[in-house]
Amino acid sequence: MDLLNTVLSSKITTPLWMSLKVAGVATVCATLCGVIAAWVITRFKFPGREWLDSLLALPLVLPPTVIGYYLLVLVGRNSMIGSRLHSTFGISLVFTWQGAVLAAALVSFPLVYKSARTAFEEIDPRFENAARTLGLSEIGVFFRISFPLAWRGILAGTMLAFARAMGEFGATLMIAGNLPGKTQTLSLAVYDAVQAGNDGLAAALVVITSVVCIVVLVSSGKMLKTSYLKEADR
Amino acid sequence: MIAVDIEKRVQSRGRSFNLKAAFRSDEQFVILFGPSGAGKTLTLQAIAGLLTPDAGTISIGDRLLFDAKRGVNVQPQCRNIGYVFQDFALFPHMSVFENIGFGLPRKWWRPLSSADKSKVRKLLDIFEITNLSACFPNDLSGGQRQRVALARALVRNPELLLLDEPFSALDTLLRVKLREELLELQTRFKVPVVMITHDPEDIRAFAQTLITYDEGRVCKVDYFLKATVAKPHDTADRSPPDPPHTIPSHGVHRGQIWCA
Repeated sequence: MDLLNTVLSSKITTPLWMSLKVAGVATVCATLCGVIAAWVITRFKFPGREWLDSLLALPLVLPPTVIGYYLLVLVGRNSMIGSRLHSTFGISLVFTWQGAVLAAALVSFPLVYKSARTAFEEIDPRFENAARTLGLSEIGVFFRISFPLAWRGILAGTMLAFARAMGEFGATLMIAGNLPGKTQTLSLAVYDAVQAGNDGLAAALVVITSVVCIVVLVSSGKMLKTSYLKEADR
Repeated sequence: MIAVDIEKRVQSRGRSFNLKAAFRSDEQFVILFGPSGAGKTLTLQAIAGLLTPDAGTISIGDRLLFDAKRGVNVQPQCRNIGYVFQDFALFPHMSVFENIGFGLPRKWWRPLSSADKSKVRKLLDIFEITNLSACFPNDLSGGQRQRVALARALVRNPELLLLDEPFSALDTLLRVKLREELLELQTRFKVPVVMITHDPEDIRAFAQTLITYDEGRVCKVDYFLKATVAKPHDTADRSPPDPPHTIPSHGVHRGQIWCA
């Protein structure tokens, strides 16, 4: 009973909800941008393509705190973009959950981008060429050939991105801070609980985070597996 | 009438290949013949608009499709040329019905109209594959795939049909049967055909114009009138096309094995 109370307390549900919200929105943004970027990189040949490719994959290898610092420099209150956003739209990304979304999206973006790129590259160009000789525009080729053939790889990347966004800590802390009820996500709450010596709460948070991530990974694996099997059965 | 006069330099991984192909034909059946890597497929891709030549012209009938000097390059979408790829390139995520109906113009989010559906059904009927309409390409045998690919290429009533080794994936018995069907189809749809082949039997069965390729060059153009093809020549074994002297010996050898 005691455990149940702990689990249902707002100390847990608030950061859990915050994590799900931030990770969900961030995953949607990362997926849209990642798919478009991957399509552009695979489809068009232009000078500096390799450099752009490396730049897009950079958040995967940079320490999250470095990304957070970059974000602060780019969209912080005193920066050019940040002050414009604030004066024209009244949007502030620092110490808000939208800032946490930006951090999580940026950090998980390379996961979608990489998988989508591989998925697009694996499509036999003959399928796309066949569609062109059958009168399809480039947009039509994307929506009726490229995307339907690549969606599995893209989905795999999306799931990884969601799991990564759930676990995001460093960049989020840098830009959104650690404000309980406002920007505190699960991973930040764990840190807080441990700092405060609240071991019971920390343990409960850790278990919940792990369960959510495991469920995401297992279900995405299942989804991918069954569709591959169906393909093989055909 | 098809007239091709193109040059293309293809570079991949440090190797470069020069294609210089020129031929014209007023006949209904043009065969491109020659060893692998001679540039036949590149020529076909250039005609379809999937490959842009460096120089030259391509025209079909009175339509100019490509002219490097005048900057004409009709997009593949607008050339209205049916292209049957070597391994057929059927869309694996669509049923036979959807594959065939794919070329009918519509917005991508809209389903096929009923007129289009009946058009597809008619093609299914002509190719005798109505029972396969819900199957997916991976379920089909080689011969069935070929029929679907042909039907898909014909759905837009193309002005020209390009076939890239359409029989190479099929066994000998099936080839004989499908050759007859292809001839029948051509009379039915009245569409000129340009076909790539390695198989001397195909030349015997179809060739009205024979273009022989070697190392990126057209080295020989033969014209056979339909009448002369139908009648056996004085030496029966050497009926119309006489491959030997222009074709490397291994090509003929492989042909003989396939047709044994």
